[in-house]
Amino acid sequence: MGDVGKPRPAFATARCGEASLPAAAGLGLKPEHFGDVLETKPALGFFEIHAENYMVPGGPFHHYLGRIRSDHALSIHGVGLSIGGEAPLDEVHLDRLAALIDRYQPESFSEHLAWSSHAGTFYNDLLPAPFNAATLRRVCEHIDRVQSRLRRRMLLENPATYVEFAASDRDEATFIGEVVACTGCGLLLDLNNAYVSCTNHGRDVHAYLRALPLAAVGEIHLAGFAREVDSLAAPLLIDSHGAPVAEAVWALYEEALRLIGPVATLLERDNDLPAFPVLLAEALQAGRRLDARRALHPLRAQAA
Amino acid sequence: MSGVADNAAFAAALLDPGRPAPPGLVSWNGSDPAQRFAVYRNNVTTSLIDALSETFPVVRQLVGATFFRAMAREFVRRSPPRSPVLAWYGDLFADFVAAFPPAAGLPYLADMARLEYARVLAFHAADVAPAAVADVAACLAEPVILPSLRLHLQPSLRLIDSPFAIVSLWGAHQGVGDLATIDPLQPECALVLRHGLSLAVMTVPPAAGRFIAALQSGAALGDAVREASTEDAPFDPTPALGLLIAHDLLVGVGQSPGQQGEQP
Repeated sequence: MGDVGKPRPAFATARCGEASLPAAAGLGLKPEHFGDVLETKPALGFFEIHAENYMVPGGPFHHYLGRIRSDHALSIHGVGLSIGGEAPLDEVHLDRLAALIDRYQPESFSEHLAWSSHAGTFYNDLLPAPFNAATLRRVCEHIDRVQSRLRRRMLLENPATYVEFAASDRDEATFIGEVVACTGCGLLLDLNNAYVSCTNHGRDVHAYLRALPLAAVGEIHLAGFAREVDSLAAPLLIDSHGAPVAEAVWALYEEALRLIGPVATLLERDNDLPAFPVLLAEALQAGRRLDARRALHPLRAQAA
Repeated sequence: MSGVADNAAFAAALLDPGRPAPPGLVSWNGSDPAQRFAVYRNNVTTSLIDALSETFPVVRQLVGATFFRAMAREFVRRSPPRSPVLAWYGDLFADFVAAFPPAAGLPYLADMARLEYARVLAFHAADVAPAAVADVAACLAEPVILPSLRLHLQPSLRLIDSPFAIVSLWGAHQGVGDLATIDPLQPECALVLRHGLSLAVMTVPPAAGRFIAALQSGAALGDAVREASTEDAPFDPTPALGLLIAHDLLVGVGQSPGQQGEQP
């Protein structure tokens, strides 16, 4: 893992023995599938929830999550912290997050390299920011704050983007490497996002992958995209989470596993949700690829 | 500031289709950045309209999907969420619907939105154990202290006193009752509650509604009964209390102000 001469935040001392997700396949937990999951206890390594959906006082969501969590490892994935935003973090939201994490003690917490709130409005999308020194300073301050408030290391997810900024002065992989080095956070490597962004911006996804701080990867995300075109009829891929994983992304997954070794892998599906057995079968495809790689990487498998 | 796609410039263009895309955006191949920016515009608006569609399914059925999406789009632009917790997005929707001129032909639409939002509040309300039946029975059997009793109710409980038949209309959209036989102008007082994991929507007589509302606002039992009574119709609280007990809606019984030991 990269390391620069900056004081490490206090949480880093507590990292030894900190739980982590098993190097196995996981699935995003949808309320539509609570019953299926409880009845079938599927052979998955973990489930992942969107933190904000469970920031409610009580009721069925907590009832089912509590029961499912007792059978499975859990990843809490935030979509509303606005880590890439210009404004200071919303401390009220951070308190809600801390309460949720206290309650469920997840093996992992992750958020996005993006912003979603500005001047009191929440836009419910993962919005981009330029890759430059000003953004780097803010993102590192925000991650330091998150990690000290939650007293744990977080994973930061690489973004899917549709525009670039004239104000960017470095590439995305370099930027992410700097954030990981400055904050000690881990990387949630979203391979669909990597493929979408590299396609949308004419980058070589294989070079992008190798330029990332791969030693910091704590989880991989797989998902499906939708195809559109830009004004010059070049492909413009949309991170829709509404389709099966594309063949090109499965190939990228094989490549990432060769570089990294087996690591917790989530199948994300948020739209056009199929029946649970269909999603489970797709997640288990990732599981088979992990098993095949594990046979070749016995040391990493034990470490995980 | 001009020429820089900072958060403010980016955000301002997201919800206002009349604005140009923010400055400072580029693309690798020289394609139009504004067309690419439109992906974000569409994501924001569509995902928030979808969130409202999930919260207000009967309002959507009453006006049709096309009308609903147009109305919701207008609401999203005027009242975007203030919090990342989207379960609560829509708390202002009923007031918006009430003042939305194209919906004026359906005067009960706003109260239907209130009913559906109350269901969301009830669904996610805190889990509080009901009071022990024996404790409740013992308190209710003491005529001397009865008027000063304070009954604490489940936080999931919601009342909507409407001049329209919102419960019957809502039920007809769940396959209960025949829409053609409902007089929308029949007033109904709706009670929304969660019993265990299940939501229930029912009507209560207007006096029972006033009684329960008074209890919710912290009134003592005697004051709540007075609140529910009219000059020619003294209120008998027995059926309403029976309903509250049967649905596990009593969570505590306290004797007087300052002694509300069982308040959640």
